[in-house]
Amino acid sequence: MSTSLAAHPNIPTPDAFYAELIELHRGLSDEQSRLVNAKLILLLANQVGDLGVLRAAMAAARAGVA
Amino acid sequence: MLAPAITREADSVGTPTRVTFPYRPPGRSADGKRCPVLVVGAGPVGLTVALDLARRGVDVTLIDEKDTVSVGSRAICWAKRTLEIWDRLGVAAPMVAKGVTWNRGRVFLRDGPLYSFDLQSEGGEKFPAFINLQQYYVEQLLAEAAMAMPGLDVRWKHGLAAIEPHADGVRATIATPDGEYVLDCAWLVAADGVRSAVRRAIGLDFQGQVFEDRFLIADVRMKASFPTERWFWFDPPFHPGQSTLLHRQADDVWRIDFQLGRDADPEREKEPSRVLARVKAMLGPQAEVSLEWASVYTFQCRRLARFREGRVIFAGDSAHVVSPFGARGGNGGIQDADNLAWKLAAVLQGAAPPSLLDSYDAERVQAADENILNSTRSTDFLTPKSAASRAFRDAALALAQDHPFARALVNSGRLSLPATHDASPLNTPDAADQNFAAAMRPGSPAANAPLFDGNRSLWLLDRLGKDGFTVLRFAATSDEHRADVAPMEKLQGVSCVTVGLNGATGMLRDAEGLAARRYDAGPGTTYLIRPDQHVAARWRRPDLDAIRAALARAQGRAA
Ligand SMILES: Cc1cc2nc3c(=O)[nH]c(=O)nc-3n(C[C@H](O)[C@H](O)[C@H](O)COP(=O)(O)OP(=O)(O)OC[C@H]3O[C@@H](n4cnc5c(N)ncnc54)[C@H](O)[C@@H]3O)c2cc1C
Repeated sequence: MSTSLAAHPNIPTPDAFYAELIELHRGLSDEQSRLVNAKLILLLANQVGDLGVLRAAMAAARAGVA
Repeated sequence: MLAPAITREADSVGTPTRVTFPYRPPGRSADGKRCPVLVVGAGPVGLTVALDLARRGVDVTLIDEKDTVSVGSRAICWAKRTLEIWDRLGVAAPMVAKGVTWNRGRVFLRDGPLYSFDLQSEGGEKFPAFINLQQYYVEQLLAEAAMAMPGLDVRWKHGLAAIEPHADGVRATIATPDGEYVLDCAWLVAADGVRSAVRRAIGLDFQGQVFEDRFLIADVRMKASFPTERWFWFDPPFHPGQSTLLHRQADDVWRIDFQLGRDADPEREKEPSRVLARVKAMLGPQAEVSLEWASVYTFQCRRLARFREGRVIFAGDSAHVVSPFGARGGNGGIQDADNLAWKLAAVLQGAAPPSLLDSYDAERVQAADENILNSTRSTDFLTPKSAASRAFRDAALALAQDHPFARALVNSGRLSLPATHDASPLNTPDAADQNFAAAMRPGSPAANAPLFDGNRSLWLLDRLGKDGFTVLRFAATSDEHRADVAPMEKLQGVSCVTVGLNGATGMLRDAEGLAARRYDAGPGTTYLIRPDQHVAARWRRPDLDAIRAALARAQGRAA
């Protein structure tokens, strides 16, 4: 069955996480940033593992974009 | 010369509101005599620290180079903790009466609402999460209280011209319209703002981050029906690609912050016709608005490496400066004053060694770092500096409507909360077996709660800290209360307050059970509260020796 996405905040310190995410890209060109982001998605996808969750996340990410 | 840390690049004035205070030329009594404390700068922080010191029995001289209140668009949001501090000094009530109260913020994306937040959902508080009140009113109310305060000598149009620090004091040269004079003081509190003359005289510099984005900060007068809430827009139709913040103030004045980006021309942007055009784009062409003030600012988040240099102590903007998203500048400065006054009084009155003031530096540097971190993150979110950063910002916003987790990533300002001084040398950590469940802990500001004294309602904080340290006890019966309180009353310079549990009478009554809950209190639970209403130590059972040891530690007398 379709697995649903975690709707509620699951990251204990969201501001600190966000700051680290931005810091990760410091000094990179746009192209390098895109590569880092793509690698990050693949790493996280493997960590999630559940194809149902990944499909739900892909649909949510695509929603509202062209 | 140092660059001013928050740069006001251009102003546009409508109807300035200002009072003036009486100037007195330096009399014969003004020189020759050494004063215990000279406070330089009668802004919100200098006025608060001077009032607090005088209330604690210290003779204070307070000087300001001008004879009026702050002009222009400066602080408006004053947090609950600030109001509690001013209440201890007897000046909160007129602030609340004059200001407007708010607890709720709303965030909008383009033309639709994104989410809202309530900063005080629990209730049971004497003060709201925030009031909005123009800085010039705050200063006026504080100045009136200061001028009426015995032991506090306020000197308007007395500007600090030079200082000569010594091992046991500071010699200040003060300039007035009638010439200069010299004043010797044992301690000098530099509350002279972001361009601090004291900081420059000692040759200290700020460290931290500078932001390039420009913001137009406009105060407009209008009759409008927006609720009294903090409204924040990302990319609104009336100001595309940027953010806008709207706040109500007293007297039908509204604060509107327009983000302008890096390349905006400050001179052009502050032109009244241009400012009004932006406001009308927001409110509609019909809106009847007049401009009170507009300035174009850039912001910085920086601080001094340390806040004490021998006999000179820095407080407020002279020590640290932040961008205004989060209202952490003035509110952080008022907490500096709260932290400093009792320590300086204790040192001057011989109750504590001068090294107690090192804990001012430790605690308020920690608080400044917390404020700088939060303000920096908010400013970074609002002004992304790379394509990747902008993409994440836009993604968080795009997800926020449907995915609540993303709202926690959207950062339009993390609003001022008081620091908990977890690592403070003044704290006595909980003993391992005491299992306190309350969010409050040693180092936290003490929670408030509604109480009854007989038939009279009052607040717990009304009884904490005014006359020094307080031992706060919880008891289930009046017998228990009497038996335990007798030895406590022998503690020097400590007042005792007992709150009854489960409706117990013969002591303060916990009107709604909130005191017991917020302090996670059972019969016998005892807190040692500092004069600035922060928790120093707590126990499940009272123990006089433990209280004595914690008191010594909190006064910097620990071996
Ligand atoms: C646009 C904007 C919005 C803001 N919004 C908020 C907000 O909502 N909430 C908040 O908490 N903070 C806010 N702040 C920050 C707040 O205004 C400051 O943190 C606050 O004014 C600091 O108070 P202070 O007493 O340390 O310094 P100041 O208010 O700068 O006072 C310094 C005083 O020292 C005097 N002085 C200077 N030099 C000398 C000298 N040589 N001799 C004698 N006197 C001297 C000056 O005349 C002045 O009276 C905002 C700031 C800006 C710019």
